[in-house]
Amino acid sequence: MPAEKRPTAPPRRRRSSVEGRGGLFGLLTPGTLWIIVFFLLPLVFVAVSSFMSRGPGGQPVQPWTLDQYERTFTTFGPVLWRSLRIALVATVFCLVLGYPVAFFISRRRSPGVRMMLLFLVLLPFWTNFLVRTYALITILQRDGLLNGVLQSLGVLAEPIQMLFTPGAVMLGLVYGYLPFMILPIYASVEALDFRYVEASNDLGANDFTTFWRVIFPLTLPGVIAGSILVFIPAIGAYITPDLMGGTRGLMIGNLIQSQFGGRGNVPLGSAISMVLLALVFVSVFIYSRWGQREDA
Amino acid sequence: MSARPNGLNKGRIRRDLAIRRTGRVGVWLSPFVVYLFLWIPILVLVAFSFNDSASISVWRGFTTRWYENIFNNTITAGTEAARFQTGLLLRALRNSVMVAGVATIVSTALGTMLALAIARGRFPGRKLLDSVLYLPVVIPDITQGVSLAIFFNIIFAFVQQAFGVRWTPGFATIIIAHVAFNISYVAIVVRARLAGMDPKLEEAGRDLGANPFQTFWRITFPNLFPGVLAGALLAFTLSLDDFVITFFNAGVGTTTLPLFVYGMLKQRVPPEINAISALMILASILLVGGSLILQQRGNRQGRG
Repeated sequence: MPAEKRPTAPPRRRRSSVEGRGGLFGLLTPGTLWIIVFFLLPLVFVAVSSFMSRGPGGQPVQPWTLDQYERTFTTFGPVLWRSLRIALVATVFCLVLGYPVAFFISRRRSPGVRMMLLFLVLLPFWTNFLVRTYALITILQRDGLLNGVLQSLGVLAEPIQMLFTPGAVMLGLVYGYLPFMILPIYASVEALDFRYVEASNDLGANDFTTFWRVIFPLTLPGVIAGSILVFIPAIGAYITPDLMGGTRGLMIGNLIQSQFGGRGNVPLGSAISMVLLALVFVSVFIYSRWGQREDA
Repeated sequence: MSARPNGLNKGRIRRDLAIRRTGRVGVWLSPFVVYLFLWIPILVLVAFSFNDSASISVWRGFTTRWYENIFNNTITAGTEAARFQTGLLLRALRNSVMVAGVATIVSTALGTMLALAIARGRFPGRKLLDSVLYLPVVIPDITQGVSLAIFFNIIFAFVQQAFGVRWTPGFATIIIAHVAFNISYVAIVVRARLAGMDPKLEEAGRDLGANPFQTFWRITFPNLFPGVLAGALLAFTLSLDDFVITFFNAGVGTTTLPLFVYGMLKQRVPPEINAISALMILASILLVGGSLILQQRGNRQGRG
């Protein structure tokens, strides 16, 4: 066993050949404990609380009940569906917009140009999420740029309401998470052996057939990875629907948040969180089954 | 050759060429559209931060007065009553940097140790730990924020009952929360670097008589350093940027910059907000650009 002791594990620091159990223990314990106590245990608390009743101040109390789940699926069923729909449509839009871009970038010959193009995709992405969302809001709002341009072009007579609609939330999510789609697809196309494409051309397939029968199947792992990477934050989004959705564009994240604080219901919020977690785990399962690349 | 009807056929060739032309146009056009989509809102925001009016759609002429207001210590915030001092903004910035700094140091140390243990150790539950590491990356931040809020609430209630001490959320809870998700990111980044490292280097060090401590500090760590640095930068950025998890675990007087910006967007939208946003965009460009350059240099050194 290689010995990679840190000086913080002093007693056995000078053991020669094989690293002792003590050293390994010292490396493992702090991080593992932190994750168990401050990440896994809180999730267990949420799971337990989701089966409890609402007590004073919205806090979870006995008796045990399934009421919270029932309410989640009945009262908030429409919001769950809307969230799923918005997240799925945003994912599809990201795919349709992102695939050609990823393809375009990875087909540039010069590595400098590729780096520059990727940088231009990533830079907005590293800007604070709230600031980016606000930037999009300034474009979409009633006296915003888009309404102004459309009016001066004569397309619109009156400014129309674009903000505070499900469509605005969807656009916000596409804007926020598009880079998550572009990067894995870029990696997939980069790894694609273009001799297959040449072979397909030589055998008489047109570009359409070559794309659907050769290129797309070979880059499918990237497509699935990108879709999951967009879908997961989209389904759990809070800021985007909060700032751009109004009441018609609320999503699961806003439901959860509204159950905390003064007039909230923590067990109900916990149950909604568990449903969100279940959706995320289904996506992770899809990813681990079909989205992983052998070389990753 | 054969006279089969689907052989060389003028109509088909014409169609295939049309497909190729459409495809070419599409592959050139769509990146153009996407780059515009990504950049127009940001560029418009920056441009209108110099607009001589609070409007964000009508251009009234060039001014730098919003920036001057920020640097002259007053942010107008719509009405006279809502006027606030730049000091408030700076305090939020200072809180953010403090939280991100502490969280980065702790999570970089713990995450690097975990990565080393998982990559080089053999112990029961190693596979399980490896997959648990990915959980904070995939689980939505709202779930993490809420679960920690419930957790702290219960712990604090228990402490009060048992010891009569009243604990409240504050910097400690925010930092604990940030470290909890950052450990994973750091460990994943450092592991990737470890995976690309030649174990022969360490073996050679030991064969030449270095003890484990020397091997670590003279061979493993210098090779690992670019990975550790990349992990730390990622942790710092994530921590600086986090709104949702902080939102659920913050206390009184622990407003970080994202919480402050959120408050401005929700309540008092000052006309200076475009200028503030533009400054934040500039800061992140400098930060990301700088870290990319650092990383490139580190990688080159690490491989050389």
